[in-house]
Amino acid sequence: MSELNISPGVELRDAERELHNFRVRLGVASTLVLVMFGLLFARFCYLQLVMHDHYHTLAEANRISILPIVPNRGIIVDRKGVVLATNYSAYTLEITPSKVESLDNTIEELATLVEITPRDRRRFKKLLEESKRFESLPIRTRLSDEEIARFAANRYRFPGVDVRARLFREYPQGELFSHVIGHIGRISQKDLDRLEGDGRVSNYRGTDYIGKTGLEYSYEQHLHGTTGVEQVEVDSGGRAVRSLSRTPPISGSNLVLKLDARLQEMVYRAFGDRRGALVAIDPATGGVLAFVSKPGFDPNLFVDGIDPQNWNELNTSLDKPMVNRALNGTYPPGSTFKPFMALAALFHGKRTPGQAISDPGFFNFGGHHFRDDKVGGHGLVDMYKSIVQSCDTYYYQLAADMQIDLISSFMGMFGFGSRTGIDISGESEGVLPSREWKRKRFKKPEQQKWYAGETISIGIGQGYNSYTPLQLAGATATLANDGVMFRPHIVDYVENVHSRERTLIEPKPLRTLDIKKEHIAVVKHGMVGVNKEGTGARAFAGAPYTHAGKTGTAQVFSLKGDKYVENRISERLRDHALFIAYAPSDKPTIALAVVVENGGFGARAAAPIARQVFDYWLLGKEPAKPARDDEGATDAPPH
Amino acid sequence: MPPLIKRLGRFVVGHLDQPLLTFMLLLMITGLLVLYSAANGNWARVNGQMLNMLVALGVLWVFANIPPHYLMRLSVPVYVVGLVLLLGVALFGQVVNGARRWLDLGVTRIQPSELMKIAAPLMLAWYFDRYEATLRLKNYVIAALLLLMPVGLIVRQPDLGTAVLILASGCYVIFLAGLSWKIIAGLAIAGAASLPVLWSVLHDYQRQRVLTLLDPSQDPLGAGYHTIQSTIAVGSGGLAGKGWLSGSQTHLDFIPERTTDFIFAVYSEEFGLIGNGILLVLFLLVIARAATIAAQAPTLYARLLGGAITLTFFTYAFVNMGMVSGILPVVGVPLPLISYGGTSLVTICLGFGILMSIHTHKKLVQT
Repeated sequence: MSELNISPGVELRDAERELHNFRVRLGVASTLVLVMFGLLFARFCYLQLVMHDHYHTLAEANRISILPIVPNRGIIVDRKGVVLATNYSAYTLEITPSKVESLDNTIEELATLVEITPRDRRRFKKLLEESKRFESLPIRTRLSDEEIARFAANRYRFPGVDVRARLFREYPQGELFSHVIGHIGRISQKDLDRLEGDGRVSNYRGTDYIGKTGLEYSYEQHLHGTTGVEQVEVDSGGRAVRSLSRTPPISGSNLVLKLDARLQEMVYRAFGDRRGALVAIDPATGGVLAFVSKPGFDPNLFVDGIDPQNWNELNTSLDKPMVNRALNGTYPPGSTFKPFMALAALFHGKRTPGQAISDPGFFNFGGHHFRDDKVGGHGLVDMYKSIVQSCDTYYYQLAADMQIDLISSFMGMFGFGSRTGIDISGESEGVLPSREWKRKRFKKPEQQKWYAGETISIGIGQGYNSYTPLQLAGATATLANDGVMFRPHIVDYVENVHSRERTLIEPKPLRTLDIKKEHIAVVKHGMVGVNKEGTGARAFAGAPYTHAGKTGTAQVFSLKGDKYVENRISERLRDHALFIAYAPSDKPTIALAVVVENGGFGARAAAPIARQVFDYWLLGKEPAKPARDDEGATDAPPH
Repeated sequence: MPPLIKRLGRFVVGHLDQPLLTFMLLLMITGLLVLYSAANGNWARVNGQMLNMLVALGVLWVFANIPPHYLMRLSVPVYVVGLVLLLGVALFGQVVNGARRWLDLGVTRIQPSELMKIAAPLMLAWYFDRYEATLRLKNYVIAALLLLMPVGLIVRQPDLGTAVLILASGCYVIFLAGLSWKIIAGLAIAGAASLPVLWSVLHDYQRQRVLTLLDPSQDPLGAGYHTIQSTIAVGSGGLAGKGWLSGSQTHLDFIPERTTDFIFAVYSEEFGLIGNGILLVLFLLVIARAATIAAQAPTLYARLLGGAITLTFFTYAFVNMGMVSGILPVVGVPLPLISYGGTSLVTICLGFGILMSIHTHKKLVQT
C-alpha cells in the first residue's frame, strides 16, 4: 500500500529513522500513560488507605440523605406597601400516582373522608397528564384541621397518599393586577430546559412552581431565592430520622413597585364593563404608576394548576381576558398622533406655528377625497388650532408634504414601533409604517412598494399605524418630559429580605431627543388648549390643576363614503376611544395613555378616565361614581 | 486434525490477536461481575450486556478481517459521511435531554458523534500517510482543521465529553506523526496563558459551573452530588473492599448511574485498593499489547491509527476513573469494556479489531 504515497520527484524517506521517531513518540506517550495511572493509583491509596476511616464513617452514616429546603418566594407590594402577591402555607393532600394501584378508586375513597370537588378532579387529571408518574401531585389544597385528622386516622388505607405542608402563592388583589404581576405555575418541561440552559436547575430542586408571566416571570431570579440543603439521616425505609447539617435557604427578594394599588383599582373600576387599557407613567423617571388591561382574570386560578373548564372559558371568551392589552394590544393612535406629527413638522422645518391653511373640509390627493370630520371644514387653521380642534385636513396636507421617510424616522425616535424595554417580557413592537417595514411585511412586489397615497392617512394616526398603549404612554411621557426619554419600569426596588438591602431599579434615561425646547413648547401649548377649549375641555372642566391632553378615535370598521353614526354600528365594530394626557402641564408628574375599545369618541369615553386619574394623583380625590358618561350621545363632540 | 477443521479454525481465529483478546475478555468478565452487583442481581441487565458483548465481538472479528489497506481507502469517505451527518444533526437533529445529538433517518436514529470517534483518527492517519514524505507545518495545520471541524460541531450540540475525547484522539495522531516539540511547548504555554483570558469572558453562571466541577461541595444538590457519593464509595472500600454484592453505597442507592458511567465506584467499593490495582494492571496490559502492535506496524498509516486507538482507550479509562474518584470533572465517559451499554462497547471493539487486523495482516504480508 505504500507505493500509493510515493510520487515522482519526492526524495525517498528514511524509513528506519521514521520508525525510530515514531517509537520515541510512542515511548513518551506510554510513559505518560504510566504516570497518569500512577497518579490514579496514588489517588486510590489516598482515598482507600489514608482517608479510609473518614469515608468508612461517612458510608456507615450514609443513610445520609441530602434534601433541598425550598426558599420562600419574595412578596410583591405596591409603592405604599399594599400586598399584591404573597405566600400562605397550607396542608395539601397529595397522591404519588406510581405508588397507587388504582387512581380512580383511591380518589373515590378519599372523597368519603375529605371533600373533593369536580373542579379538584379535573385539575388533578390535567396535572397528571402534564407530569411524571413518580411526582407527588395535589388532589386537594387548603385542608381543614378536621379533614387532616380524619385522613390521619385512615392513613393506613392509603399507601402513596400523603398530607404535606406547602407554601402557596396568593394574589389578594385578584384580577386587578393579573396583567402586571402575572402568576406562577407548575414547572414545565420547557421551564426545566431553560433552567438547565442557565445552569439554575439545581437551585430548583424541590421547587414545584416558577413565574410564568408578568413580573413573576421577569423577576423570577430575584423572587425565587436560593434553595437550602439539609443533610438528614434516613432509616432503611428512607424516612428522615435526624438532621445532621443544615444550610438554610435564602428567601427570595421582595419587589416594591412604583405602581399605586388604589390608582390601579380606581382605573379598573372606571372602565366599567368596557375593554381597554391604561398606562400611567411618571415622566421624570419612567416609573409606571398604573398599568391596566381590562378585562383581567383571576391569577389565583393558575397557582395550583388551572382546571380545564376555567381554562377554556378564559381562552374562548370574546373579551379575551388573557390578552395583555397594554403590552400586546396594538391600536391605531388616531388623533393622539397629531401632536407628534406637529412636532415632526417643526423639527423638520415643514411648518411654522403661525403658518395657517384653509380647510375646506377635505384634502384632495391623487383624485381621492380625504374627508375631515367636520363638514365644511375648520376654516383657517394654524398649528395651535389644528391640535385643539383636531383638524384632519391640516395633517393630511402635512403628511403629504413630509412624506413617509421623515415621518417614520421622527416617530421612531419617540419609541413608536419599537419595544419600550419595560420590565415585563413579551412586549409587542406594534407597527411604525415605513418603506422598509412594508418591504418586509408583504411578499408580492406590488404590495411591497410604498404608495404616496398611503402616507396621507398616516398623518392622522390611521393607516398602517398601530401601537401599544404602553408605547403611546411612553411617547407622551417623553413629550411631557421635554424630550428626555426613560425606560418604563414597574419595579421601584428589589429588597433583600435578610439584609434589608435595597437594589434600586435605576431610572434609565434611554435618550434625550435633540428637539428644540421652543418647538416642544408649541405642541404642549396646543395640548393645554385641547383641555381648555378643545376636545378635552368637557372632561376637564373645573380641574384645579394645569393639564394637557389629546383625544383620539381609532377606526375599527372602515365606512365606505358613509357618515359614521355610532348607534347604527354594532358595539364591537365601534371606534376605539383614545386619550393621552399629562399634568401638571408646567412640571408634569404623571403622563398617561388610555384606550377604551369600541368606546366611540375619545373625548367621551377615554378622557373622563384620565380626569379621574389626575384628580386622584394630584389631589388625592377618589371618585364617587363611575366616570363613564354614556348619556348625551346626541351632542357628539368632535374627536 | 482434519484439514477442513484446521482451515475453519484459521478462518475464525486467524486474524485475532490472542494476548490482546485475552486481556479484553478478562476486563469484560470483570465488568459482568460488577454489573450483576450494581444492578442488584438483575439478570436482565446482565443478559443485555452479554448480548452487547457478542455484537461487539462480532464487530471486532469483522474489522480484524478487513486488511488495513481497504480500511485506508474507506478513511476519507467515512470521515466525509460523518461530517455530513454531524452537519445534518446541527440542522435537523432531534433534541433529547436538551442536547441535539441524534439524527432521525426514518428507519433508525443515529448519533453521528459516535462514528466520528473512529472516523477522525482514520482521516488524520490517512492524511499524514498521504503526505508522509513531505510533512511540513502546513500539513499539521490542515490536520488540525480536519480535526476541529467535527469537534466544533459536537461542542455545539452540546456534548463536551465526546468532543474532548475526539479532540484527544486526533491530537494523539498529530503528536505521533511527529509535530515538532517546539510547537507542542509553544501550544502548551499559549494554552496556559489564555486561561485567564477565557475566564474573564465567561458568564457568571458558566464560571459557577467550572467552580462546581472543581469543587463539588459547592453544588451538593446538582452535579456535585455524583462526585460526593462516588468518592465516599471508593474511600469506604478500603484495602480489600467490602466484598462482592456487599457495597452499602451501591445497594442503598446512593450511587447514581451505577451501572453505566459510575460503575467503577461500585467495583472500587466492593473490591478495594487491591481490586483497583488489579484493574489498573489489566488496563495496562491491554494498553501495552496494543502499543506493541502499533510500534511494529509496517506503514505510517497503521502506526498512527494503532497508536491513536491505544491512547484513546487509555484516555477513556483514565477520565472515567479520574471522575469517579473525584480528580476530574464529571463528564459522560463510560469505563471501557466494563460499563453497561452497547454503543461504547462496539466502538472500543471496533478499534481493537482494527489493531488486530494491523497485526495479523502484517504477518501475512511478510510471509
